Order: sequence, then C-alpha cells, then structure tokens
Amino acid sequence: MNDHLNRPKVAVTGIGVVTPLAWGVADNWAALTAGRSGIRRIHRFPLDRLKTTIAGMVDLPNESTADPVPSPVRVERMAIFAIDEALAAANIGTPGDFPGPLFLGMPPVEMEWPQRFALARKANSGTYPAIVAAAESRQDYYETFLFGGVGERLAARFGTRGAPIALTTACATGASAIQLGVEAIQRGETDAAIALGADGSVMPEGLIRFSLLSALSQRNEDPQKAARPFDKTRDGFVMSEGAAALILENADSARARGATILGFVSGCGEKADGFHRTRSNPDGSSIIGAMRNAIADAGLTPAEIGYVNAHGTGTPENDKMESLGMRAVFGDTPPPISSNKSMIGHTLSAAGAIEAVFSLLTIRDQLLPPTINHNEPDPTIGLDVVPNQARATKGVRHALSNSFGFGGQNVCLVLSGA
Amino acid sequence: MKDVWITGIGLVSSLGEGPDVHWQALTAGARPVLDEATFAPYPVHPLPALSLDKQIPKKGDQRQMEPWQRLGTYAAGLAIDDANARSLVSDMHLVVAAGGGERDVAVDEALMRDFANVPAEVSAPKLNERLATDLRPTLFLAQLSNLLAGNISIVHGVIGSSRTFMGEEEAAADAVRIAAARLAEGRGDIALAGGAYSSQRWDLVLLYAAGSALWRGPYAPISERGTPGGFILGALACFLMLETADHAKARGATPLARIAGIATDASRRATPAASTEAALRLWDKLGAPAGRLGILSGATGLAAPLAAERAFLERIAGADAVLRTPGSLLGHGIEASFPANLALGALALSRGGFYPKLDPADRGEAPRDDTLDRILVTGFGQWRGEALALLEPVR
Repeated sequence: MNDHLNRPKVAVTGIGVVTPLAWGVADNWAALTAGRSGIRRIHRFPLDRLKTTIAGMVDLPNESTADPVPSPVRVERMAIFAIDEALAAANIGTPGDFPGPLFLGMPPVEMEWPQRFALARKANSGTYPAIVAAAESRQDYYETFLFGGVGERLAARFGTRGAPIALTTACATGASAIQLGVEAIQRGETDAAIALGADGSVMPEGLIRFSLLSALSQRNEDPQKAARPFDKTRDGFVMSEGAAALILENADSARARGATILGFVSGCGEKADGFHRTRSNPDGSSIIGAMRNAIADAGLTPAEIGYVNAHGTGTPENDKMESLGMRAVFGDTPPPISSNKSMIGHTLSAAGAIEAVFSLLTIRDQLLPPTINHNEPDPTIGLDVVPNQARATKGVRHALSNSFGFGGQNVCLVLSGA
Repeated sequence: MKDVWITGIGLVSSLGEGPDVHWQALTAGARPVLDEATFAPYPVHPLPALSLDKQIPKKGDQRQMEPWQRLGTYAAGLAIDDANARSLVSDMHLVVAAGGGERDVAVDEALMRDFANVPAEVSAPKLNERLATDLRPTLFLAQLSNLLAGNISIVHGVIGSSRTFMGEEEAAADAVRIAAARLAEGRGDIALAGGAYSSQRWDLVLLYAAGSALWRGPYAPISERGTPGGFILGALACFLMLETADHAKARGATPLARIAGIATDASRRATPAASTEAALRLWDKLGAPAGRLGILSGATGLAAPLAAERAFLERIAGADAVLRTPGSLLGHGIEASFPANLALGALALSRGGFYPKLDPADRGEAPRDDTLDRILVTGFGQWRGEALALLEPVR
C-alpha cells in the first residue's frame, strides 16, 4: 500500500508516553482530555533567587533530592518506559531484538554541577586542569555524558538494528525523530523503526538558561494556571519533561503480520529559518513553509486537515507567529487548534513526539483536547483554540502537529486515522 | 537512485584552510602543528588563524557564537563557496553532526572554587544566584548543539531543511549517509553535511579524559601509541557539498568525487572481533568491485578500535592497496573527522594522485596519477560506531 508519491505508507502500531501528568498512554490521555494541568512548584532543588519556580516534572521511582539524577539518566529511564509501552502495544519482534533502527530525539547532555563539584572535591581544587586529572578513569562519567551514550544503551537494551541516531533540532526534536524514521521506511531501508523524543532538563542551570532568554513564564503563584497558550495574558512557556515513543512500520508489513494500526504518519514537512536565533522571520515564511510542506507531502489540501496540534508554547512571540501561519495556510476558516503545552508544559526535545501521540489519539477518539487557562482571548490570535474543555468532534481524519525550534528548525507532521 | 557527487569542500584544520592548502601541505610532507603545553599532559592540534569576517561578515553574528560554532559556520561557508553555490542556499538541505558548545570556563572554575566544599543545602541557593548573574544569556545559544546548524542558516541562508545529529564519530558518518541518501531518492538536489571540532577547550578534554581516551605526553604518530593508546584532539571542521549529478551537470558544477556508498553500524564491541565483523558486513553491503583501493583511515589513536580496523583491512585490502592515516597529522576531530577524510579522498580523486605516508605504518606507494579506482574512508569510533564510505572518481 503506497502513498500518492508511491512510497510505502507508514503506520503507527505502538505508542508509549510519559509526561508530568502520568506514566502511560491511557492515564495521560484521560488527564489531558479532562483538562488537568501537570505543572507544579519545583521540588527537585532549592528555588532561592530564581525568577521561575514552576515546571512540569516527571519523578522517577525512588528518586531522591539528595542524589540528583543527571539529565541523560533521566532521559534514558523515561525512554525505556515509553519504548516498553510502545513495543507491548505493537507486539513486534522479540524482547531485546527489534527489527529496525532507533531514532532518538534528546537534548544535548554534559557533566552537571554535582559531577563538577565531586571532581573538585576529589582534586581539592576547582580548576579545570585539576578536575581533569581527578576525572581520569571515571569511565562512568564518560559513558553517561557522551552524546552517543543514551542511544547506545537503548540500542543494546532493545536490540535495534544499525547505529542508533540521536538528534536534536531544539523544540522540534521529537518531530524530527519521527520524520527520520518515516523517511527510512519510505526509502526501503527498513520495515520498522522506533522513533522517540525524550527530555529531562529540569535542573537549576537548564532552568536559569531559559530564564535568561526571557522565555519562561514567571507566573509562579499558581503553577497550574501559568501556561496560557494563545491567551492575551500569556507570558512565556513552562519548562517540562517527558518522553514518547512510536513504533513506525511499513503499512504492508504491519498488516501482513496482523498488527493493529493506530494511525499513519502521512506527511512530514520542514523548513529552516535563517532570520534569528530565537525568533521566526516576521513574514512567517518558514513556519508557513513547514506547514504547507507537511500537508503537500501527505498529498492533502489544507481543507482536509481537521485539527491542528499547536506548537503553542505560550510565549507571546510563538503564538502570534503560529496564528499568522494558520491564517496563511488555512485562510479564513482554519480548523480548531489546541495546545497540549497548556497542561503538560513544554517538554522540549520530547514535545514533537508526545504531541504526535496525542494527535493520533485525538483522531482515534474524535475528541479534541483543550487549551486550558484560556480566559482572555487575544484578539490578534482569532483562532478556535478549543478553550478549557475537550470537545467531541467527528470526521477528523487528518491532524497537523506543529513543532518550531530555537535555531529556526521547524518541522510539521500530518497524522492520519487508521 | 540518483548519483550523488561531492561538488565542494569546506575544510579547516591545524594546517590551515581550503583544498589547496591541504593538498599542498599533505603532499609536501607537512609536520603536525601542536600545542603541547596548554592542556598538558594532553597535546592538541590548535586552530589556525581564521579571517572570520570573510565568512561571518556581521560582528553581531560572531559575538553570538563561541569558537566551535564559528569554526563550523566558517567551514560551511567555505564549502558553499567552493561549490559556487551561494545562489542555491534557500533550497539547500543541511545535516550537521554536533557536539556541545563551549562552557564558560572562568564561571565554572569560580563556582567550583566557591561551592564544591559547601554542603548542598547551603550552596544550592547561592549557585542559583551566581548562575543567574554570571552566565551570559548568549552563551546558552552558543552552547546549544543545534545552533551550529542554526547559525549556518542565519549566516549563510541555508534553509532547505536542518537536522543535527549527536553521537561523536558515528553521528558524522550518519549525517553524511542520510544527507546523501535523501538526495539519491529525490528529496532535494543539493545538501551540506559535516561537522566541526574546536580543540582548545577544557570542557571536552574533561569528558574524553574521563574515558581515558586521550593521548598523554609528547606527540607520537597513531601507530606508535601502543596500548591503550589515545587520541590527540585536533581543531578540525569539514562540510561537504553533496549534489545530485544531474543538478551539478545542469549548473556546470565541477564534481570532485562520486559517493559510491556509505554504510554505518554500531556493534556492542563485546569481543575484540565484534567491531571487525561489523565492518566486514558493511564492506559486503557496499559491494565494491575489484580494483586498486586508496584507504583513508579514520583511526583515532585508541588501540582497540585501531586493531579492529587493521584486522578488517587485512581481510579486504589487496596487495596494491594504499593506506594513509590522516589522524596522525591532523589529530582527532570527533564529529569532523569522517567528513574531513571524505574531503581528503575527494580532493585526491579530483587532483589525480594520493598522499605520501602520513604515519610510519602507512603502506603502499602513492600513485602520481589517477590509477586509484576508488577510495575507502573508514571510521571506527572511540567508543562505538563503525562506518565505511566509498568514493569514486568522476571521469
């Protein structure tokens, strides 16, 4: 079964997800469609002198504040959960032997303050030459913080084929991972792939860095009401973390083995932006290009898109540009658009994958998740953002999921019903 | 599938910049350029002086980057110029293999000095305050891995698409492999792929030293570093302009080489032979016809992957094969090394000749004409990753 460009159709046969709302697809979807927020006061580290003191956090089992979990370990633990859940749904391969490659969207990682302090104590000095000498033979640090480390451990655990590909396109990372998996199947390199997006960067330096870019909401007093995408009073995004995995398969081979198809990734579109490091070109050309490219890649017209899963970060800039893009692509009658980030926050490298999963569930259940905290519509937005309450719908066969990253890396996916 | 050519290279190493400089230096028996003092006991091959204004004309753009992003953005510009492709950037695709950007070493050292021996409950609030005041906002962007690609888009206008792979040596091989595969299947006509490594930085010396991966002491060529060996970090950046043959012909671009195949894997290396066996499978996948082979080794200087590579070459290389080890001269540039060796291969094929011995264990005499049928580039990563690429002349 090939698509309009005579490429194999790419089915999704398994999904797994963890967010601050819950571990697992069913509990996440129930919370999301109930309009619940997963944003809380940060409890992982002291909040003194921080402008932002709220985030979405995924607590690991047996996690202790006395022994902070480094970001790559957090990413790996959540990834394992999401892949396990997706594999169980897809019922493909045998444990430890997955018949295809791994595309792993994740954040860049490096040694963190606990490791630097430990080395400085051992060296009895805080200079780099001294801590380098103290670090020798710390193979554990090396393997934990190599960029290839997480991918290698996941590839070994799940027995994926070939070199795992870890990638980052900032806030579009999860969507890029799916796109790479889709392309590998379309190209005939494989009949199956695991695409994953994961992030676990809620730690002091990560939070402060985003804070210094004035990107974060400072609405600390009521965490659950801080993320306000498309609302007139929005003041930034809320940092968050999580993971989602999708089992992608050549639709023919999925059918041949009797797999249940949850839906399809029917189009991928991208367009980079050369305007600015953190802002879109004011003419919107790159995000418009990415949206149009995805719809065209799916062989659809804009009128056939029944729902848009927004990038919808809640920064004044993003939501304005996304609205401009919506009008340019869809004209006077854009489809409903809602932002999962109003509830789960911005899961960064995981967002594109998590939101692709939720887009598939939206189509499966014909139920649009809401944009919560929507009290003062921004007249310059003028979109149906499915305010505050989930909405039953019918006839939505295709959804567009937007992901726009710092550095101008924009990726849109078209998800379609089974 | 469409033929994919290399039509431009942007190459910077401790020897200098550009194809001519490298061709002349390597064929004339250049000596390695070294800084053995600054990071002692670890020598490095330092960056050459770059005329940054030539490729990054806005000072504001230069200020938004640290040396790693500047180096990569600079080399990307060289590749665009070498391919005479400035007018094609709006539809040009981009795949970058990236490490992390530089940390602010002075801030790190001050905070370690002040807080390492203070109980966490006391130091944590102060750490928050100091990070918020001492970290420069622009440094975050200069540290983000995907912002090398972002800067290439901003400075050079390359906006067809943009992807950044992470994962040391194997990320670079996959970046070129996937960029070429997309062109071969008709997803675009032209793409830029490569990576950069800025060698004079403590934060990554720290990481690689933790893995006992660095060579200690005075310079030694790769084959004389014994066991466990180690690599000498080298300033290196290379971007390759990849283009479908039809597109290149239509615009009159000069081909440097044809990419006959790229294959990658990542064995677990549970046994010494595992990496060799993975490479042999890749070699079978490439299906190279019989012929005289030039080999550009991706040896890093670490003994285990070197042994795996040499065992692989024993099995596949004929008696007339010519082996060269550029890492002995240029050092190890992590994400930049595989693209740089592809560039050196394309350069040799386009100029009709090969390089003299670059390491005492290199073998075979360099042909002075174009008698090499193809060039094999190997990549055996420091920890994981096996990669092979085959280049052929465009005659």
